[in-house]
Amino acid sequence: MNTMEQLRAGEGINSIELPPVTPEALVLYAEASGDHNPIHLDEDEAKRLGLPGIIAHGMWTMGNLAKLFTPYHEEGFLQDYQIRFTGMVFLGDIITLQAKLASKKDRLLTFQVTASNQNGIDVLKGNAIFKLVD
Amino acid sequence: MFDAAIGKKSERVRNLVDRNKVKQFARAIGDEHPIYLDEATGSASRYGSNIAPPTYPRVFDYGKIEGLTLPPKGLIHGEQIYHYERPIRVGEEVYCYARVADYKEREGKNGRMGIMRIENNGEDSAGNLIFSSTVVIIINEAAIKGMNG
Repeated sequence: MNTMEQLRAGEGINSIELPPVTPEALVLYAEASGDHNPIHLDEDEAKRLGLPGIIAHGMWTMGNLAKLFTPYHEEGFLQDYQIRFTGMVFLGDIITLQAKLASKKDRLLTFQVTASNQNGIDVLKGNAIFKLVD
Repeated sequence: MFDAAIGKKSERVRNLVDRNKVKQFARAIGDEHPIYLDEATGSASRYGSNIAPPTYPRVFDYGKIEGLTLPPKGLIHGEQIYHYERPIRVGEEVYCYARVADYKEREGKNGRMGIMRIENNGEDSAGNLIFSSTVVIIINEAAIKGMNG
């Protein structure tokens, strides 16, 4: 694995493909986060509110996305992490998490980060600034 | 509708970064890395302890903002921003508060909508910032009307 230090603009860090989203995964996240909004847990209620079905917590996907950076914890930490929720994640969706180095300034590495579904649609996108620490 | 809430904030609430809670959270986002879970790895790390994942502040209690009641339905989480001075350490106490940073309304393609920015911040016991975060909430027309009605 490339270290953060050696990465050049345009290069990515290892991407991750998540297993298909399950109701159990969202129950786990609801319990861990305290977000029990029924649109993430109850099919009937989600439909009553005009959704096609249960959708994943945006923060579940954002939480997953951050793990691309966890293996580099000895080199630094995520100083800034900014995400726009651009699409919905449904049960069964297969989400791919990616981060690509956009620019590098002093000790700050700015990554473009995305989570996209099996149809290639971005459901989350934003920036993550990894701060190298000496 | 929510203009009057701008600038209002909650009292600081003390939160303990609980080891088991961090473990549960790491599991829920599929990131069971030793830096979050394994005490020996934490002790040997540059932080001298385990740390919490970047989106962990979702679990903190930020207190109640007096005079702000959001509608129970019709809210969309549009954007989320975190800024860290340093990672959060397992076992430490974090003092959290929330503040309404901004509120605007505009015409969207599905009618009028409100855009609220709420800051959720965490400090150490001495009042030094550990993290700041902003949640952008989109409030749809029906929900705005419900609040007016």
